[in-house]
Amino acid sequence: MSGTVPEPAVSESAPAASLEAHLRTLRDAGRKLLVPYVTGGLGDDWLAAVEAAAAAGADAIEVGIPFSDPMIDGPVIQEASVRALASGATPHSILTALAGADVGGTPLTVMTYYNLIARAGLRRMASSLAEAGISGAILPDLPVDELDPWREEAEAAGVETVLLAAPTTPEDRLRRIVARSQGFLYAVGVMGVTGERASLAASALTIARRCKELTDLPVIVGIGISTPDQAAEVCQVADGVAVGSAVVHRLLDGDGPDGVAKLVSSFRDALDTTP
Amino acid sequence: MTTLGELMREPSASGRFGEYGGRFVPESLVPACEELDRAFRSAWSDPSFRSELDHLLRSYGGRPTPVTECRRLSERLGVRLLLKREDLNHTGSHKLNNVIGQALLARRMGKRRLVAETGAGQHGVATATAAALFGMECDVYMGAVDVERQELNVFRMELLGASVHPVQSGSRTLKDAINEALRNWVATVETTHYCIGSVMGPHPYPYIVRELQRVVGDEARRQCREILKSDPDIVVACVGGGSNAAGTFAGFVDSGARLVGVEAAGGAAVQHGVPGIVHGMRSKFLQDEDGQILEAESISAGLDYPGIGPEHAQLADAGRAEYMEANDDEVLAAFRLLAETEGIIPALEPAHGLAWIVREAGKSIPKGSAVLLTLSGRGDKDVALVRERSR
Ligand SMILES: Cc1ncc(COP(=O)(O)O)c(C=O)c1O
Repeated sequence: MSGTVPEPAVSESAPAASLEAHLRTLRDAGRKLLVPYVTGGLGDDWLAAVEAAAAAGADAIEVGIPFSDPMIDGPVIQEASVRALASGATPHSILTALAGADVGGTPLTVMTYYNLIARAGLRRMASSLAEAGISGAILPDLPVDELDPWREEAEAAGVETVLLAAPTTPEDRLRRIVARSQGFLYAVGVMGVTGERASLAASALTIARRCKELTDLPVIVGIGISTPDQAAEVCQVADGVAVGSAVVHRLLDGDGPDGVAKLVSSFRDALDTTP
Repeated sequence: MTTLGELMREPSASGRFGEYGGRFVPESLVPACEELDRAFRSAWSDPSFRSELDHLLRSYGGRPTPVTECRRLSERLGVRLLLKREDLNHTGSHKLNNVIGQALLARRMGKRRLVAETGAGQHGVATATAAALFGMECDVYMGAVDVERQELNVFRMELLGASVHPVQSGSRTLKDAINEALRNWVATVETTHYCIGSVMGPHPYPYIVRELQRVVGDEARRQCREILKSDPDIVVACVGGGSNAAGTFAGFVDSGARLVGVEAAGGAAVQHGVPGIVHGMRSKFLQDEDGQILEAESISAGLDYPGIGPEHAQLADAGRAEYMEANDDEVLAAFRLLAETEGIIPALEPAHGLAWIVREAGKSIPKGSAVLLTLSGRGDKDVALVRERSR
């Protein structure tokens, strides 16, 4: 790890520190941001995998709350969701576990589908997230046009809502999204579902550039970032990467928290040596 | 509060039918939905689009379909039963009305490929047909369970030049086929139109499909007036996502007729569902206490869906339409009854509507009532399954 890159500030206790403040501080100090994803409830050691990711250099972690109909997920996260649900994972069990996670102050966000939130009740879910020490929510099927009711409750509870920007998003709409995203801006790197890709899509660099031109929010590219090399390449422009299927793939293969730690370290090294 | 006079008009700018509808899709798809909304509005107010659609529905689809008065069955049931014969539409169901319209729209938007989901296979066959007619590429997603129980329709789609992709995820039926079609669309949206098969999905689909199916209700209203010299007392249609029902009800919503949608007992989203957000829309869905969507279960692949189109959720809440259920056994009996008494083998889906009529005739349907049932499709696709079940 290069000496000029600061370690994340450690905050000891809930309520969670601001996701955005945390990421901005790191980014402004010259660190490229690494946000791995783990499917909550996947196997017995998913929580250990979350903790291992934090210890291995994650700057924030996305925890998936599995949904029966994951419309924007490819085969890997679909399979993880099926397994987690089959073993009885629920939003409640996942949040309860996360409340006790030992992640040394690394901010936790959830990534899930809006129905699970709507079913619980917006206010109730927002406060459940806050109570579990979750600082952000990424809801890929809740576009900016439908955001308001959730946003109001989330904000009241102190949960930041991260919005997504896509390669197809036109300029005026991108401005609206940028203006309303909190925590960071999730730039969708490729038109498609979550999943590993053999090479970095040209669209990843393009959307990162478009977002960076419009905002000072940390711009993190996700979907289709599968290797440390791809991460380093896109971070020529972006502030960071979200890595989902590559991590979950290791867990599905039985590599456990150690496998996740190894993978996250390899991304960390690649990002820290990015010129 | 929505007043009854405001029902089945245009949805709000955000695609709401009352509190239902909307557009809950990944950001990647929002621009395509907006483009489709603009394209549809411009096409729908363009006389040349309307006349081309009308011409195709007549010269290629066989419209208008007749309304048939059932003599023997009416006598048996003690009601005056009329059937709107969508089974006589080309490809054997009402699905073609929607698909021809959407294929014309796709062409207008410069899209060369259609992707679709299908349950019973009727929408897949219709989409494959339109793709062949317009020289477009076509990929159809179909749950693996449905591929098995509707294998003849799979072969039909392939004959028409489409690729059929069995879906192995989830319950391996219609809801999972929709997920997979949406996933494909995200990756192909620039060249591809998602030709959704019912009044569901993100705005503007529920509105577009209802408008494209309203030809069923508009024709039937005129035909009933000729036959009955008045509107029917009761208008019945089966409901999967709800497109044949929406098209039918659109023609009668401002009449005095009682409107009845009949769902499969194993997929009755109005009776047993709760509001939720799935497949891009806020509507009623069968789901557990955490919000996980439950699997519907029905003998009829076309009604095997745990939700319902958003406008039906509104009609139900407003009390303008009622939603009932029919179980597999009643449906099989109704299927045979229509074949034996009228010489018409219905699809299992509209046999649900008939099953409800048979059960309620002389009860909540007063003797002598004029009852219109939309016979949304013919039963050829179901004959093997019914034979299997009868053994
Ligand atoms: C003949 C027939 N009727 C009805 C349906 C259900 O669809 P909807 O509720 O959209 O009319 C289907 C679907 O496959 C069908 O094939």
